[in-house]
Amino acid sequence: MKDMTRATALKLLGVAVLMTIVISVVMVNINWLGMDGSTEKGPIITLLNVMIVLSAAVFSVVLTAMIYAIWKYRAKPGDEGDGEPIHGNTRLEIIWTAIPTVIVLFAGIYSTIILNDIEAEASNQMEVDVTAQQYAWRFDYPEQGVTSNELHVPSGTQLELHLNSLDVIHSFWVPEWGIKRDLVPGSDLPGSDEIDNVVRVTPDVEGTYSVVCTELCGWGHATMRAAAVVESQQDFDAWAKDQPKIPDGNVSTGAAGGHGAGVYSDQVSK
Amino acid sequence: MVATLKAPGQPRAILGLILGAAFGFGLVVALRAISGLEIFQTEQTGYPHVIVPAITGPIGYLIGIGCFDYWFRWASGAPTIPDDHSQHGAHSWRDYFKFNTDHKVIGVQYVCTTFVFFLIGGLIAMIMRAELAQPGTQIVDPGLFNGLFSTHAAFMIFLFVIPVFAGLANYVLPLMIGAPDMAFPRLNALSFWMLPMAGLLFLGSYLAPGGAFDAGWTGYAPLSTGAPLGQSFFNLGVQFAGASSVATALNFLVTIVTMRAPGMNFWRMPLLVWANLSTSLLVVGATPFIAGVQFMVLFDRAIGTNFFQAAAGGDVISYQHIFWFYSHPAVYIMMLPGFGIVSEVISTHARKTIFGYRLMALALLGIVVLAFAVWAHHMFVSGMFGWLRVPMMMTTLLIAVPTGIKIFSWVATMFDSKLHMENTSMLFALGFVVTFLLGGISGVMLGMIPLDIHVSDTYFVVAHIHFVLFAGSVFTIFAGLYHWFPKMTGRMYDERLGRWHFYGTLVGMLGTFIPMHWIGMEGMPRRVADYAAQFGDWNLVISIFSFVLGAAQLIFIYNMIVSWRYGPKAGDNPWRAKTIEWLVSSPPPVFNFDEIPRVVGGPYEYGVPGARHAIMHSGEEGAEVPKPKPAVVGATGGGGGGSK
Repeated sequence: MKDMTRATALKLLGVAVLMTIVISVVMVNINWLGMDGSTEKGPIITLLNVMIVLSAAVFSVVLTAMIYAIWKYRAKPGDEGDGEPIHGNTRLEIIWTAIPTVIVLFAGIYSTIILNDIEAEASNQMEVDVTAQQYAWRFDYPEQGVTSNELHVPSGTQLELHLNSLDVIHSFWVPEWGIKRDLVPGSDLPGSDEIDNVVRVTPDVEGTYSVVCTELCGWGHATMRAAAVVESQQDFDAWAKDQPKIPDGNVSTGAAGGHGAGVYSDQVSK
Repeated sequence: MVATLKAPGQPRAILGLILGAAFGFGLVVALRAISGLEIFQTEQTGYPHVIVPAITGPIGYLIGIGCFDYWFRWASGAPTIPDDHSQHGAHSWRDYFKFNTDHKVIGVQYVCTTFVFFLIGGLIAMIMRAELAQPGTQIVDPGLFNGLFSTHAAFMIFLFVIPVFAGLANYVLPLMIGAPDMAFPRLNALSFWMLPMAGLLFLGSYLAPGGAFDAGWTGYAPLSTGAPLGQSFFNLGVQFAGASSVATALNFLVTIVTMRAPGMNFWRMPLLVWANLSTSLLVVGATPFIAGVQFMVLFDRAIGTNFFQAAAGGDVISYQHIFWFYSHPAVYIMMLPGFGIVSEVISTHARKTIFGYRLMALALLGIVVLAFAVWAHHMFVSGMFGWLRVPMMMTTLLIAVPTGIKIFSWVATMFDSKLHMENTSMLFALGFVVTFLLGGISGVMLGMIPLDIHVSDTYFVVAHIHFVLFAGSVFTIFAGLYHWFPKMTGRMYDERLGRWHFYGTLVGMLGTFIPMHWIGMEGMPRRVADYAAQFGDWNLVISIFSFVLGAAQLIFIYNMIVSWRYGPKAGDNPWRAKTIEWLVSSPPPVFNFDEIPRVVGGPYEYGVPGARHAIMHSGEEGAEVPKPKPAVVGATGGGGGGSK
């Protein structure tokens, strides 16, 4: 940096900016996160794109500086000399402490805003009690009084999923919806109200997806899947009519489970 | 024959292993018979007649190899031999298989042993990639697959990355600070010998009914509390590996604080010493938590406690809190020593002092403090109380600041330097800076709750951890090994093979782990033996590159073994470095220094006219200051005292 003129520094900065723009334009236009199938997934995709631009900037600055240094300061063969005795530069060090701090604080605050956004409760929700056990899923619909091994939901309605597991920890994920939450055994028991077992998601594109277990749960983990069908309200109502009633003995969460039903779901949703 | 079995060594150690195991077995059988219990309790998680011998057998081995001879003699009041150095230094290859208190021998023992575990872990990875090359089940069934990735991680984390750094530092750190040995040489030897015991237990789990432990290296309860017998081997193996790490960390702390050569104040310590100081603080603070939580799981399994049994009032999620309270700092335990190595390598091969040395040291301490306040970012989707998420996200993201300082400083060090790119260690160090930057970027993304909710427990996480642990830690391990190989062996490795190794590793690594980000974001969960057909093409690509990556390591092994035996003599200071380990012979004499050196300046004063780091002999030019008190040289010897 001793023999670096302002012009060289500006040229390097220009290269870094150009590189940032190229990387950002290419990467933002690639659909990394798969289909946007819920109102919650959109904000997550936006957040990723913002992070891609910021990351591209940091990456480009470091890479430009490194490549320039390797090109410019490589020792000639046989050169046994030493580099310049530069021990540091307080102003530079303050800058590269402060700028990343600002970037990560921005990232943190922006993430918090997005988080509140995707976890916001809609006025109109439909409850589904999701119960997992090695290696199967069950979905109970307390409002309709029916049960199924497939998750059918009306498009555009916010689901309030009450999660519970009968054995080990499983995790609920529909990649197209972007929302994931573990199903913790015992979350229906009294005294378990510190377990946050309610998650909300609003699928809004009709189609058939997969509920994927993402927490290692044993030898059948890889194939622990269930169909998730998003359909119109009419189709959903018709489907629900044909499903078996929830048997009395079903151990489940929330209203249908019987373990202090209403009180319990009030506690966890706070 | 009797004499062989009475003297410390492998024969007595194996006898000790057998006797120890027999004692444990007999104890269980006798106590259960006396208590009127069924003698062999073989419920899935029970097996006390296996678990107890799995503790007493390894302890018998440690006694047999000679770890406790001196202490037993001392404790029983028998005469000890104060200046017995017979267990110090190696004169033939056989000495490496014995109890030895020389930090340089222990360093070599560590590095060689951990590389055996690296190869085992790598071989397991190759089997997994062969299975995952196509969707469906081809060569291993899903149960065995779960065992494979669990043991892969256990070997790589507990028996490779963490201890290999301890091994490298064992060798060079006392030399760097001008100490004749570590503060507690016998404890140091014990720390090493606990590692093969952990390896034995991890491998032994494959023989257990129900197969190797298969709940992942994270061993989440209640999957782990209900798993077959193999899980108990994991619980116990972690105890040995953990105890080894804690003892070594204490040893480093005491050595660094009390045994620095005169004149070596904190601001004259090489950054590797700073890095190991920071790492040791993390180990001492965090490792007891994983030891504790694995005991809790073992107790739930073997004696019916209910720490994590929801139905009996246990708290399932608390396992994760305790586990990650260790295992997140563990990430830095696996990275900070690498930061130290990279600082040494870049400074030496750029022939320039580290830019912003003090801020580099302070950044390490900043990471230590923050490391204890971020663990719950592994639990954003775990169902833990929601309020903890945002504060933990903020601390997590803030770790990018000290880490960024390190990356910027390394790059700044390269300006106005004389870069020597022909050295393999420099290639690995610079490769590390770029790949670790990428791993850091994906880490920041994982730290952001909304993104983490989507990609948590997917291949994106697999990609991230391999970018930071393979392209991060392992690259620095290679950089360090190439850098200090001439010091350790006195011989030079083949740079051409080294470059082949670097480029093979780099290409294999990028091809293996970059696509994992993509398939993870698109929806492929981690820890699966089978996957949806849509991910088939990328998995095939990943598998092919992973074989390239595996093959490149064979070049390394060949280069190291052949060069150690037949390499050209390296000379004492082939890199013309300034730190003290390069100012002694290669390999260094048994007690490192004839005379404790005196430190007179910073460690990286390249290009400063007349500057020097240390004066090695009182007769040297510029050594007119009164000679420091000579150190007590010996196995228990204190160093030349602290500085200032």
